[in-house]
Amino acid sequence: MSETQTETQAETQTETQTATTAEREAALGGIGCDKRRKEDARFIRGQGNFVDDIKMPKMVFGDFVRSPHAHARIKSIDKEKALAVPGVIAVLTADDLRPLNLHWMPTLAGDRQAVLADEKVHFQNQEVAFVIAEDRYAASDGIQLVEVDYEELPVLIDPKKALDDDAPILREDVKDKDEVGQGPRRHPNHIFNWQSGDKDATDKAFDGAAVTVKEEMFYQRVHPSPLETCGCVASMDAVSGRLTLYGTFQAPHVVRTVVSLISGLAESNIRVVSPDVGGGFGNKVGPYPGYVCSVVGSIVLGRPVKWIESRIDNISTTAFARDYHMSCELAADKDGRITGLRANVLADHGAFNSHAQPMKWPAGFFNIVTGSYDIPTAHVTVDGVYTNKAPGGVAYRCSFRVTEAAYLIERMLDVLAQKLGIDKAEIRLRNFIKAEQFPYQSCLGWEYDSGDYTTALKQAMKAVGYEELRKEQAEKRARGELMGIGIATFTEIVGAGPSRNCDILGIKMFESCEIRVHPTGSAIARIGTKSTGQGHETTYAQIIASEIGIPSDLITVEEGDTDVGPYGLGTYGSRSTPVGAAAAARAGRKIRDKARKIAAHMLEVSESDLEWDVDRFTVKGVPDLSAAMKDIAMAAYSNLPEGLEHGLEVVDYYDPPNMTYPFGAYICVVDIDRHTGEISVRKFYALDDCGTRINPMIIEGQVHGGLTEAFAIAMGQEIVFDEIGNVLGASLLDYFLPTAVETPHWETDHTVTPSPHHPIGAKGVGESPNVGGVPAFSNAVVDAFAHLDVTHMPMPHTAWRVWQTCHDLGIDK
Amino acid sequence: MIPANFEYHRPGSVDEAVSLLTEHGEDGRVLAGGHSLIPMMKLRLAEPAHLIDLNGVEGLRSIAEVEGAIHIGAMTTQAEIIASDDLAARCPILREAAELIADPQVRACGTIGGNVANGDPGNDMPAVMMALDASFVLRGPGGERSLAAREFYEGPFETARDDDEILTALRIPARGAGQGQAYCKLKRKVGDYAIAAAAVVLTMDGGTCSQAAVALTNLGITPLYAEAASAALTGTAVDAAAIEAAVEAAVAITDPAADLHGPVVYRRRMAGVMTRRAIETARARATGG
Amino acid sequence: MAKTEIKLTVNGEEVAGTVEPRTLLIHFLREQLNLTGAHIGCETSHCGACTVDLNGKSVKSCTVFAVQADGGELLTVEGLAQGGELHPLQAAFAEDHGLQCGFCTPGMLIRAQRLLRENPDPSEAEIRWGISGNLCRCTGYQNIVKAIRNAAQVMRQKEAAE
Repeated sequence: MSETQTETQAETQTETQTATTAEREAALGGIGCDKRRKEDARFIRGQGNFVDDIKMPKMVFGDFVRSPHAHARIKSIDKEKALAVPGVIAVLTADDLRPLNLHWMPTLAGDRQAVLADEKVHFQNQEVAFVIAEDRYAASDGIQLVEVDYEELPVLIDPKKALDDDAPILREDVKDKDEVGQGPRRHPNHIFNWQSGDKDATDKAFDGAAVTVKEEMFYQRVHPSPLETCGCVASMDAVSGRLTLYGTFQAPHVVRTVVSLISGLAESNIRVVSPDVGGGFGNKVGPYPGYVCSVVGSIVLGRPVKWIESRIDNISTTAFARDYHMSCELAADKDGRITGLRANVLADHGAFNSHAQPMKWPAGFFNIVTGSYDIPTAHVTVDGVYTNKAPGGVAYRCSFRVTEAAYLIERMLDVLAQKLGIDKAEIRLRNFIKAEQFPYQSCLGWEYDSGDYTTALKQAMKAVGYEELRKEQAEKRARGELMGIGIATFTEIVGAGPSRNCDILGIKMFESCEIRVHPTGSAIARIGTKSTGQGHETTYAQIIASEIGIPSDLITVEEGDTDVGPYGLGTYGSRSTPVGAAAAARAGRKIRDKARKIAAHMLEVSESDLEWDVDRFTVKGVPDLSAAMKDIAMAAYSNLPEGLEHGLEVVDYYDPPNMTYPFGAYICVVDIDRHTGEISVRKFYALDDCGTRINPMIIEGQVHGGLTEAFAIAMGQEIVFDEIGNVLGASLLDYFLPTAVETPHWETDHTVTPSPHHPIGAKGVGESPNVGGVPAFSNAVVDAFAHLDVTHMPMPHTAWRVWQTCHDLGIDK
Repeated sequence: MIPANFEYHRPGSVDEAVSLLTEHGEDGRVLAGGHSLIPMMKLRLAEPAHLIDLNGVEGLRSIAEVEGAIHIGAMTTQAEIIASDDLAARCPILREAAELIADPQVRACGTIGGNVANGDPGNDMPAVMMALDASFVLRGPGGERSLAAREFYEGPFETARDDDEILTALRIPARGAGQGQAYCKLKRKVGDYAIAAAAVVLTMDGGTCSQAAVALTNLGITPLYAEAASAALTGTAVDAAAIEAAVEAAVAITDPAADLHGPVVYRRRMAGVMTRRAIETARARATGG
Repeated sequence: MAKTEIKLTVNGEEVAGTVEPRTLLIHFLREQLNLTGAHIGCETSHCGACTVDLNGKSVKSCTVFAVQADGGELLTVEGLAQGGELHPLQAAFAEDHGLQCGFCTPGMLIRAQRLLRENPDPSEAEIRWGISGNLCRCTGYQNIVKAIRNAAQVMRQKEAAE
């Protein structure tokens, strides 16, 4: 070591030794601090790199000819006029893809989906032909001129008629199969039947019940509609045989595997890159025809092909959510203690079963439907059916089918409370799983990791002045005014998931993190997830900083490039924190394990003599004798003990032992104009418990955003079809994305109940506000009419639907 | 979402614009703020071969008093209408209505002339102009003529404007003493068309309504002037009975289509609610309340 | 269709380009000038992601033809920072967590700067109304509103100091 280096090191040591533990902790910018986001620097300058920002030499542009019909046979396709348009290079149809066996693609649910309509179209706006042109203007001209001759077929829109004997058969390609990837089925339009729980015991609970209630509820078809639509750029390098696919992917590694499986290209010859992604919310998990057509186009033409959805394409074709027709019954004793739950669901999956959930879970984790309540027995069935609608069934800002389940149970609690004349907070308090019952085994098979629901609800009630609100409501009711108080005390189930029961295409739903610590004491971390706005570049760095003692400012986080990051299953279902952050923490611990060996060598003591202290190892009992991580990093490349490999880098693949179960207590207060049906949200209080809080500022932002999406869903979002399958309202003229004016003000709060099985105790939060928000709004609206014996009102709670209730009650004048 | 191609014209004067329009006949479309036409072109629901952009025409962007009447150039934007304190003092319903149209960016481009000339029954300003008894100035190859707003609307996107005419200005009679105005619009969110909306202009003279006008937005195939409703208020104290009669008369002429915001029955009921609220507000304003 | 030569000032620099009459301003900016800050989110003039400042007005550049901007003066998000120093709005958006995915941010910022020129001291309601032509799917607007208020204060203080 040179003199200068020794001096510098000595100085550093003196300087850091004088810093207190608290100061050193603060300098790390680790877990728990409101660190400002690293990613913002580029976005506020307009320097984000989204997929439509990508420009490549000789790049061409693809656009789809789409079906005007919901169900029709394609008699012929004439490309000639389109090909004559200046700038149009090629027009692909199913016939062109058939020789490559790419006219169909596998879905993540075991079914298959047409890439380009093969003989038949199954929903309006389905992809029929792909026009590739020199630019998007010529492509747009080209799609106008592809002539398709259709023979219209009977349309199936109402899922309740899907299994009728005389229902039109939609999927002729699979009509003779007795299963389509998710178990036995009983009709050509049937996809699966899924059950959970003990039917006999549940029947028995109902037979002997003091009280039962039943309600039919429809959770309408909605769309995640991130502000950036889906898109990609496929670039095949004819010389190297390597395909690079840039796209709006929440799960880039899975996309690489899917592309390999369907194209036959080796995965080593495919690089998938998710650049900055403008929101996902479940819309950008699965593969879409646009990706496949762009890949094929690039292979055929030897030029990069870009495809970017229009908003109408986005809302009407790629990945809807919900569309659950639910029926639920509760059995209870006279004091409102629930003794049984029965739920039956008819799930409209559209024309192809292409929901994006762990494959063994055709109805996702819908059997979280017992919620936060200690319900001894339950039975649930879900039947999926085909209709002439766009495919999907994704988890729109929630874990898989959890928002449906939470909506159902939270509404049902209110229904039961009304039947028994028990306060809606009180009925929850009576039924909650108690803090001392955790870990709690639910009757439908889940092991809840931790929770304290009673404390959360009581804190919420106190914060909003619940008793006073109920008094005010009583006074208003006496005056004929409508005021509603909605409570939701939900439990989420996130972090898919344990390898024993969660996989996609057979690949277990682990998550991964690679960390490389550089010689001079900074690091790069790569994780298999992909931020679509959650701030991973900041929060993962905070976690790793706390684990390895290197300031988060010096830790670069990279995601989304399959060439550089370890394989991961991506970001959706709130899995980044429960699974990805766990991998990051564990990778950090592995770094620390090796660092301990190096420190022992540096300090000439045994490993067991060392203890970790924020950013260094110190010798037990001799706090002045220490090796800082910064110096250990250099030693890893320069001064190693015998037998240890050079470098300081690790990879961790984390297989979660269990899901995590974030929860919350939300209270919403609404005032309703009985003349117009307009709802005004006066107050919305959200208490979230997501376990250990990594970055409170980001958590609060996630809650604001999730509540706003919940507001949109509860109050207005709905994709509607007419009787012949025309999708109505697929642009932002109609589809409800609230502006700053309609969006309520949000009050946030929290309790902290760490997850006992997660390396840092974190549970995930991004989706809780959507899961809990929707029933809180809905319960508030219905509560406004509870004194008039209204037990349920259909979502979305648009002004006219609310007015209809007023009108039926004769109170609209 | 790319428009078909077209030839672009940017005339500098009304005469030049009129002659372009005359030359290209049905193939020509006038472009004002563009926020109705350009989206239609991007959806290829409109494919004009010639687009005549009025944004370069001199003298169409103005707010002035001419012989006691308010004279607004057709290319005056909604944002300019809102920004004018003078206009808000003279004719407050214009700001009130303009603030309920679209959003800030659209109002920065969207013009009052485009809003009334387009013939879209969902546009807000036509009903306001009917209630105000405004007239529209049209310039064609044969010269200039003026048409009452109440006579202007013939069908969905069909007006009394000839294909080769350009709407150049709106003339609004001066507000007399005791006149109250109100525009009430029910909508789901910023940017939406009305589920139902009503414009009311009435004058109270010593406790009696000496003049009243009620007009409705988005409740039929054209904007609707509610003549009977107007008559039901005139000569009354605008008391409960008169209001009830006016509301009933207004609702009676509505014929809205069902849409995603509600069935026909709802939209008709809301026509009544908006009419009632607009009358009550206008009366309160007329009497200084 | 004949192409047209257009000249305009963008972020203080004179630029020229050749466009079809139908070329939308957003495509001209993004594809010819490589100013990819403004985005396309809806194409029907609802979302505001494409917002730029044209001749002193906030406009949705997906609903303006490039030829209409001929001779005009344009400000995009790329022109907000001056001399390497962030605009107070940019700083406030980062400080107050006024963005998540970042897709709406350029349009939101450029709209907010015009709003603050028109109204240097807006109330919360005025801000909400003033940005109601810009949709955000991530933040629920609350922190955007906060950022704009804080930026307004900084700008007023700066103004007073000068």
